[in-house]
Amino acid sequence: MIDPSLHRRGLRRASRRLFLRGTLSIGALSLLTGCNLEDDDAVDRVLSAMSRWNDTVQAALFSRARMAPTYPEADITDPFPFNAYYKLDQVRHVDGAAWRLEVSGLVTERRPWTLADLAALPQASQITRHICIEGWSAIGKWGGVPFRDFLARVGADTRARYVSFRCADDYRTSIDMATALHKQTLLALTFRDAPLPAMYGFPMKLRVPTKLGFKNPKHIIAIEVTNVYPGGFWEDYGYNWFSGS
Amino acid sequence: MYPLIARITHWINAAAMTVMIGSGWQIYNASPLFPFAFPSWLTLGHWLGAALALHFAAMWLLAANFALYLGYGVISGHIRRRLFPLRPREIWHDAMAALRFRLPHDSAQYNAVQRLLYVLVGCGIALAIVSGLAIWKPVQLYPLTLVLGGYEVARRVHFLAMSGIVAFIVVHLTLVAIVPSTLRHMITGRT
Repeated sequence: MIDPSLHRRGLRRASRRLFLRGTLSIGALSLLTGCNLEDDDAVDRVLSAMSRWNDTVQAALFSRARMAPTYPEADITDPFPFNAYYKLDQVRHVDGAAWRLEVSGLVTERRPWTLADLAALPQASQITRHICIEGWSAIGKWGGVPFRDFLARVGADTRARYVSFRCADDYRTSIDMATALHKQTLLALTFRDAPLPAMYGFPMKLRVPTKLGFKNPKHIIAIEVTNVYPGGFWEDYGYNWFSGS
Repeated sequence: MYPLIARITHWINAAAMTVMIGSGWQIYNASPLFPFAFPSWLTLGHWLGAALALHFAAMWLLAANFALYLGYGVISGHIRRRLFPLRPREIWHDAMAALRFRLPHDSAQYNAVQRLLYVLVGCGIALAIVSGLAIWKPVQLYPLTLVLGGYEVARRVHFLAMSGIVAFIVVHLTLVAIVPSTLRHMITGRT
């Protein structure tokens, strides 16, 4: 069996190398390392190692008792910004009636879920700040099923390291189990008390107010509980994996 | 005159600060706070992900180096001897003399304007670190972010701290160009 941590390290190195390459100009490279340009990979390795170190630090800083601040309705950003790796006119329109949520990996209950199944579960809502990795932030209101309740219902092994998400727009991301079990992590079905509009991720997105925006996948179609590092769309390009707030 | 630790931490700080500012400008460009962007030839990291990787790697070097300098400077008395006292009357007098180009530069004994500027840039670096932590961890370090006025205000405080440090660097490098012997002092330690 492959050791998950080794596998994870190898995956991350391979994926990040591609993107961090060429990160530094000649001047900065010589300033940093005093080496020649052939050592490009060395800079990459240092940055990847530091990003893994930052994952460790952030996991240690993360407290399940620490709630993201919440705001009154009057503070909601209107209009709430649209952001994705594609443009607004390329937003996927998912058929809610035909939509099924697939659950796999370290769970005991693998049957697919319909929208009605999820709507029948106890719901919660929150008004929290969404912070984008680009720096901007916006306040929104999301409602849906607390993710930890959902994980309990599917019999997820909560000792597993990761929960990964695949989406109808070909996006992927993954989060740590501690964050998945945080009280404010939601399988969001509504935005401002109405079904999620397509641009915000109909029929379901993950709302994680303790992580940056790109860790909040939209149009989710599959969830997997796993010990194998799953990476993600932006993570594979070199964004820090944990990216906690 | 410049003890070895002061010289080493000075040059590590110069390198770390270069990476932090260059990558910080690239990060700023991803979502500018004000109606301008930094020219790409002045930024480090060819895209946002690379700039963030640089920023979040160099921050450890900057903070550890700054802590080493502060610890050494306070315990050894270096900071108290070299950067204090700060007396408004002396600062005013030396500032007026500097504006008339009649303020001698002495690496052995800083004038009041130098002392003030070095103390201010030290505060600027401290503010950059604290506001940086506040926008990196606005949930886990919520009390800190709250003290700085919340996430959006803290972003602007971080920008302000950078602006102050950059303004200092412009003056600092101009003076080094005018009095090049200071460069030798900061390398060899001898005046």
